[in-house]
Amino acid sequence: MPDPARSLFRPPFRNYQFDTAYDEMFEAPGVPRSHYKALFQTLLGLPPEEMRKSQQAADLSFLHQGITFTVYGNEEGTERVFPNDLLPRIIPNQEWRKIENGLTQRIAALNLFLEDVYHRGRILIDGVVPRELVHSCRHFRREMRGITIPRGIYVSICGTDLVRLPDGSFAVLEDNLRVPSGVSYMLANRKVLKKVFPRLFRDYGVSPVDHYAQALLATLRALSPPSSTSRHEPTVVLLTPGVFNSAYFEHTFLAQQMGIELVEGRDLLVHDNVVYMRTTAGLKRVDVIYRRVDDDFIDPLTFRRDSGLGVPGLFNAYRAGNVVLANAIGTGIADDKALYAYVPKIIRYYLGEDPILQNVETYLLTDRSQRDYVLDHIGELVIKAVGESGGYGMLIGPHSSTEQQEEFRQLILAEPRNYIAQPTLNLSRAPCFLEGEAQARHIDLRPYILYGENVTLVPGGLTRVALRRGSLVVNSSQGGGSKDTWVLRA
Amino acid sequence: MIERRSTTMLSRVADSLYWMSRYLERAEHTARLIDVDFHLRLDQSPEAGSGRWLRLLEASQAPPPEDGKIDAAALTNILTLDKTNPSSIISCVAAARENLRQVREQCSTEMWEQLNRLYLQINGTTSSEAWLLHSYVFFRAVQEGAHLFQGVTDSTMSHGEGWQYIQLGRYVERTDALARLIGTQLSSVPYSLDQSGEGEEYLEWVGLLKSCAAFEAYCKKYTAELRPLWVAEFLLLNPEFPHSVRFSVDMVHAALRAIAELTERKAEQPVRLAGRLRATLSFSQIDEIMASGAHAYVDSIRQQCGQAHTAIHQIYFDYPVESALVS
Repeated sequence: MPDPARSLFRPPFRNYQFDTAYDEMFEAPGVPRSHYKALFQTLLGLPPEEMRKSQQAADLSFLHQGITFTVYGNEEGTERVFPNDLLPRIIPNQEWRKIENGLTQRIAALNLFLEDVYHRGRILIDGVVPRELVHSCRHFRREMRGITIPRGIYVSICGTDLVRLPDGSFAVLEDNLRVPSGVSYMLANRKVLKKVFPRLFRDYGVSPVDHYAQALLATLRALSPPSSTSRHEPTVVLLTPGVFNSAYFEHTFLAQQMGIELVEGRDLLVHDNVVYMRTTAGLKRVDVIYRRVDDDFIDPLTFRRDSGLGVPGLFNAYRAGNVVLANAIGTGIADDKALYAYVPKIIRYYLGEDPILQNVETYLLTDRSQRDYVLDHIGELVIKAVGESGGYGMLIGPHSSTEQQEEFRQLILAEPRNYIAQPTLNLSRAPCFLEGEAQARHIDLRPYILYGENVTLVPGGLTRVALRRGSLVVNSSQGGGSKDTWVLRA
Repeated sequence: MIERRSTTMLSRVADSLYWMSRYLERAEHTARLIDVDFHLRLDQSPEAGSGRWLRLLEASQAPPPEDGKIDAAALTNILTLDKTNPSSIISCVAAARENLRQVREQCSTEMWEQLNRLYLQINGTTSSEAWLLHSYVFFRAVQEGAHLFQGVTDSTMSHGEGWQYIQLGRYVERTDALARLIGTQLSSVPYSLDQSGEGEEYLEWVGLLKSCAAFEAYCKKYTAELRPLWVAEFLLLNPEFPHSVRFSVDMVHAALRAIAELTERKAEQPVRLAGRLRATLSFSQIDEIMASGAHAYVDSIRQQCGQAHTAIHQIYFDYPVESALVS
């Protein structure tokens, strides 16, 4: 048995560093956590050359499969491979169960909230959530008021970002209730890791994730309008903005795995409030649309007129109950970053339970005293635009210049409702295989939650990695990568 | 009662598969033409070679160079790596890939990976003197890549409706390209029908056959004696050789009939057009064709092929709404 403190300094861990962040692999320098021991031992016995070869083979396989994403605002701006890291992130079963319960609770409460806000608005009348906050949200859709949707499920596909704090507990960083992406990388990472560590994988007893597409299809079918089930098996399609969208690979992948048609706006048309797709055999009726197009672009007659991605008349067909959209329109109010601060209250209000997963402390900038505090401490905090995602429109105080801080100060003063602030979180770190050795990088976790007949979580999710040394931003558009997430069966 | 899901195909998808296949066929055809030229040139005088270059440009519908001067390097660049020329090999392979990328979920993973690999390989190529000297390696790679794609397609994709559009695209493109190539040669190279050519002239006819991947197959049927009349007969009317006009039209007709059956659409127009063209080719005699003007005959084939293309487009890809409510 090698001395653990000394084995720390053996390759590939020779230069592995620790700081105040929670380290996923080590409980103390050189001492791996019990569920990481087997991986640690395997890595010590593995020549770095072999790891490097595996990494190259994996990268090439991603490129050949075309597992790429598109970076916006970049002239070259086209496809890039989403970097994959070969060292798995391991989550013990007990920890996962808590995450699962917490997320199930959260999606249930948020759906009740959406249903309420678009109908009677009890929670607004009772003053638990300020009416002003909801109605000033950019993603609030007046058009949805009073519309009844199947099972009252607004959010049936959700990806929630979790982070692990220095004390080892998980916290929700944000909910993605509109068109969350990344699940295809979760599946692709798993496929690669099974090839790289087949024995380790088997010995660890990892929960499978491969049934995600099947679960997604079952969820979508469960939402089909009552009129369709008597007629035939419901026709489900996936609506994509098209080949230039950053998540296009994922759209094709999911459509193929589910065996449904991948359609663009131009493939659909509405006739007498019924949605059809244009096929070589004529027009075919559509019952459920898993849409990966934002609210704004979905129907140029109701929302943005300049949208070329949508389907004219789709909203009327939706309102008539002839077609179901997943997710529903207007779910963006519930993942507004200012509303986020109220989620614990929302959970207590509808479910009468305490939140299982904690929130991150959030400053609302419409409140004068909170705003003053934030403006005084802008160099220590993270500022986020409430309606943005993907790491766009964000200031990380400790990593920013005075000019950037000044710019955000002005933005906040001009539109306080548009921003929130949070403490700079020290995300947990995990070893990644970079430059031929193991290096610690900050990570988060995005599990995917499905809600149809009931709530389903595929055990695992996308662990995103901030690949740049010291960086806290894990988004793919900002130099992030990902790694496989192993949830242990026992 | 719940009925089994019948297979459906989006019009846009059919359109993309059709064009993907046409572009890839075009890339392969161009690669073969230049490859053949490269080897022929070694045996020929410079004058004879430059005449063929202009025909090559014409046959591949590429713009001739602005200053009118042409040499092997310029020609090769225009037809292979020039991204501004929409019919260069690189443009065609990129267009084929882009079309397939838009319908990735419709093809097998193996097909996508094969075409993507071909694209990445070609896209990484830059022109240089060393590259030009060994450019035949490149042309072989394009042809092999296209053949491999066809093989992968045939053995990994269901031979259903989607596959039929791929067949259709390939053979519509091939019919047109062959007719154009044969037409250009017959109208610009002097020949006497019944005599086998000699010297430079002989090489031109070898070149034509090889450009259609037909030299060996021709020799098997007619021996190595190259008579323009026989060459024309083989390339236009042979029912068994995959790079003859007759064979290609047969395949177009078969694909159209299969599609009409699978979609249960009344699609008389395209099937009828292809059927008529097929009948023309199967009853034609080569000496009659030559006597009444081979160039006109070839032109009429191209024209009918174009009509069939338009009819396919109007019936399957872009139709008026009221004609098509099914379920």
